[in-house]
Amino acid sequence: MTKQTPTQTRSSASNLQAVTTSELGYRWPDSKAALQFPDITLERGEHLFIKGPSGSGKSTLLGLLAGMLRPTSGTVSLLGEDITPFTNGQRDRFRADHMGVIFQQFNLVPYLTTLANVTLPCRLSPKRHQLAKPEPLQEAAALLAELAIPQSHWHQPVTRLSVGQQQRVAAARALIGHPELILADEPTSALDTDNRDRFIELLLTLGQKAGSSVIFVSHDQSLATHFDHELILETHP
Amino acid sequence: MKARLAFSLAWASLWHRRRVLALVTLTLTLSVTLLLGVQYLRTEVRQSFTNTISGTDLIVGARSGQLNLLLYTVFHIGDATNNIRWSTYQGLTGDSRIDWTVPLSLGDSYRGHRVVGTDTGFIEHFQYGRDQALQLSEGQWFDDVFDVVLGAEVARKHDHSLGDKLILSHGGGSTSFSNHKDTPFTVIGVLAPTGTPVDQAVYISLEGMEAMHIGWQSGVAIPGRTVSPEQARERDLTPDAITAALVGIERKVMTFQVQRQINESRVEPLSAVLPGVALSELWRIMGQFERALLGITGFVVVISLVGLVAVLLTLQAQRSREIAILRATGASPGLVAALHVIECIFLAVIACLLALLLGTGGLTLLSPWLLEHYGIQISLRPLAAPEWIILASVPVTAALVGLIPALQAWRQGRRQGLSHSAGE
Repeated sequence: MTKQTPTQTRSSASNLQAVTTSELGYRWPDSKAALQFPDITLERGEHLFIKGPSGSGKSTLLGLLAGMLRPTSGTVSLLGEDITPFTNGQRDRFRADHMGVIFQQFNLVPYLTTLANVTLPCRLSPKRHQLAKPEPLQEAAALLAELAIPQSHWHQPVTRLSVGQQQRVAAARALIGHPELILADEPTSALDTDNRDRFIELLLTLGQKAGSSVIFVSHDQSLATHFDHELILETHP
Repeated sequence: MKARLAFSLAWASLWHRRRVLALVTLTLTLSVTLLLGVQYLRTEVRQSFTNTISGTDLIVGARSGQLNLLLYTVFHIGDATNNIRWSTYQGLTGDSRIDWTVPLSLGDSYRGHRVVGTDTGFIEHFQYGRDQALQLSEGQWFDDVFDVVLGAEVARKHDHSLGDKLILSHGGGSTSFSNHKDTPFTVIGVLAPTGTPVDQAVYISLEGMEAMHIGWQSGVAIPGRTVSPEQARERDLTPDAITAALVGIERKVMTFQVQRQINESRVEPLSAVLPGVALSELWRIMGQFERALLGITGFVVVISLVGLVAVLLTLQAQRSREIAILRATGASPGLVAALHVIECIFLAVIACLLALLLGTGGLTLLSPWLLEHYGIQISLRPLAAPEWIILASVPVTAALVGLIPALQAWRQGRRQGLSHSAGE
């Protein structure tokens, strides 16, 4: 049901790999059919574009990679560690320490200010608190500046931001503390073309700088040009 | 670090939703105030009740139930069934086991206040609260036949001062048409406030009581038979009967013996009651009522907590995104659930603090009114243990009911995939 297109096939030491999956499958509690995913191998610092129409299981795949869902079959290894046998708590901690996540929209905690939203991962993970140099607030400010969020908004509630700004704040939150992996679930679908391309360029550049691998999911084939690697998911015939 | 994060997130979340939550908090505040107020007043009123008389070992009156006797002698509620003959009272006074006696003669009124005919023994022996004696705030205790001493409230309410002439009325009630207008009384003293029914009465001598009834029969003045004060003084003013007597026993161990002897008296059917026992019987009857009241207010608090949960569950629907974000950032479902419980506790604590403020303010405003209209003295005091327990039980209950939305959030956090929409 799914077909694999060129991905990484280089076999280097596993701790150099950001993501390795094998025979990954997942069945939602209420559905009969299981989703089966192609194997992924992604080296650290490299970016991957996953393309698939709705219903192809993009979000499910991201959920599995993020450790939010436990695979019904197969294994997921992240940064050389097999997270499949992890307990729920271990996976939450792993996600807090090593991952940034950007949603399609509504990415921000409505009752926190822009800065508080960006520094949230540092408050949940001591590791990212440490890695955010020199201090989480300074790094957050630097990221917000690079992502062109006007300083007047930094201490304001996030509800006053435009959609494009909200997505960029979400990117800053994902990038803070240099996580090894950034998972983005159609973060550009609510943006216009100009904003979309600028957002992706910024995300990838900043990701490169932070040493993060970006896994980007979208149904829009035109975005694939930004990425070195591409994976296409297909729906049931 | 997690705890601090949870508290600051919960606080920010509450602040964000303050407009909606202000109303539920207000409901909760009012119900907690009610609950706390009822419990507080209950103990205060009880205290006020038991404070009405002390130091008196026996109350003696014509044969009747102990409650009736207590009510008409001490609380000035209801009427005596019969009188005690003066000779019988003299017999009590002569008893060697009895230290002191105070006669009480009731039946008249002044603008709705009871007129108590008594003697100097009343100011000497009557005690209230923790064995506090009566004090005069102005003037002195009566000496002359036509002197009257006013209770603190009577003087305050009718703005009387020393030297004022009062016309007393025959019988009880606030409006009486038969007045003892031939025999005016002069205010000679005013008692200091006690917070008991003493404040609501006026006191004259037994002789004065006798004098103003000369020429009266069956409650009406017989024309031509009444006398002027001067003529009255000429007469023998020893009463034939009194209504009741307060008795102090020389050695307290003899109290029961004296009580039994009076109850079994062959001279006249009498009742002697122990004020403490009668008071607790009175309180038992009242107690049923106030316990029911406390129960009802307890329910009010439960209802407002249910309202709180209802609102929180409604808000919950809008919170799935926020839960997804927190989960994606690495927060455990436990942390997400804890947020909800903490929010509930925060609200309850705020409600409790507001209730304390409201209660303090309310009591400060209300206590003068209560004292004036019901003779109940309610004073501000630090909270007692049962009140602290009630107050503490509110956040505890809130934490328990907060588990409902928390559990929902926890399950949502676990089931949900990465995005907000997936997983349902």
